[in-house]
Amino acid sequence: MLSLTSEIRTPYHPWPAGPKLGAVCLVTASLFIIGSPWFSGAIVLACLGLYALPGLGFLRQGLGALRMLWPFLALIALWHGVSGTLEAGLAVALQLLAAVGFANLVTLTTRLEDMAAVVTRAASPLRRFGLRPERFGLALALVVRFTPVLAQRGDQIAQSWHARTSRRPGWQVLAPLALGAIDDATYVAEALRARGGIDPVEE
Amino acid sequence: MERNFVMIALFAALIAALGLVPKITLASGVPITAQSLGVMLCGTVLGARRGALAVLLFLALVALGLPLLSGGRGGLGLFVSPSAGFLIGFPIAAFVAGLITEKLRAMSVFWAAALGAAIGGILVLYIPGIIGMAVTLDKSLPEASLLATPFIPGDLIKSVLAGAITGSLAKARPDSVLSRA
Repeated sequence: MLSLTSEIRTPYHPWPAGPKLGAVCLVTASLFIIGSPWFSGAIVLACLGLYALPGLGFLRQGLGALRMLWPFLALIALWHGVSGTLEAGLAVALQLLAAVGFANLVTLTTRLEDMAAVVTRAASPLRRFGLRPERFGLALALVVRFTPVLAQRGDQIAQSWHARTSRRPGWQVLAPLALGAIDDATYVAEALRARGGIDPVEE
Repeated sequence: MERNFVMIALFAALIAALGLVPKITLASGVPITAQSLGVMLCGTVLGARRGALAVLLFLALVALGLPLLSGGRGGLGLFVSPSAGFLIGFPIAAFVAGLITEKLRAMSVFWAAALGAAIGGILVLYIPGIIGMAVTLDKSLPEASLLATPFIPGDLIKSVLAGAITGSLAKARPDSVLSRA
């Protein structure tokens, strides 16, 4: 499965992941605390510049990643259009575009492994509550491997549904799908145990 | 130990897979994404703690940049968008749904899980969800609540489905419904 990291190399890719994530927190917090449309607008312009610097292809990718905001932007336009407060609506829209645009920039330019390393480090205080951050890598691998497996099984169950009726598949396909996940978990757990368990002894 | 760990990972994968399968159609003909149903199921099947962990794992992977949220969405941008409150509420919703399923042992699995899914997946989930929309869209809390109400009927149906599915899993694999094991 592909991650959202851009395959277009940018000058931002080699930058360390930790500070980049820190910058996202800082920018987002200041956007919502300051709340001035001029500040939001400046961040939007800065983001546009950062997206445009590596080339048009990267700019297009960045703008494409903003599509998740469309329903909300439409909602803002409708709400503030009807209530006649377009200026306030513009301020909200700019704030959203700035916050999401900047966060997306970090997602597009940071490799999954680097992000995972930051998460593992940041999660180490959770050891106190019995969590083992070093297991995160194995958990990640299992999810990445089994998401397409389960999605494919969902398709197969839907196909066997189609073989029996012309109606569209309903909620009835979900129980066998969950059942399959439970059975897979049992087999995978057995296989892991046979290979030395999830916390192999340090050599 | 291995089994619980793998169950958590595979239920995280199940949430992701539910965002990939074509939308299912309910009796009313309204297509729904089953992803929030997956969050409910994590709680009602795995129990409070493991269910919340499975949802946290799913969210961590979305934040890292895997496009696992329905519609192929993912990345950090989601966590500062108007959906952020709902995402933050997901693990809490699974925890509460699981806790209720665990505690109401006197009730049948179906009723306990359906009730848990409704309280966790609607009542508890909507609180951070509405706060998130109010902050990001600069609306008052009542205005933001108004924006969330259209989703309540669908989520009620999903709660009943979560109850039914948990019930049939408890029949098919009794030792696998960890919330009741």
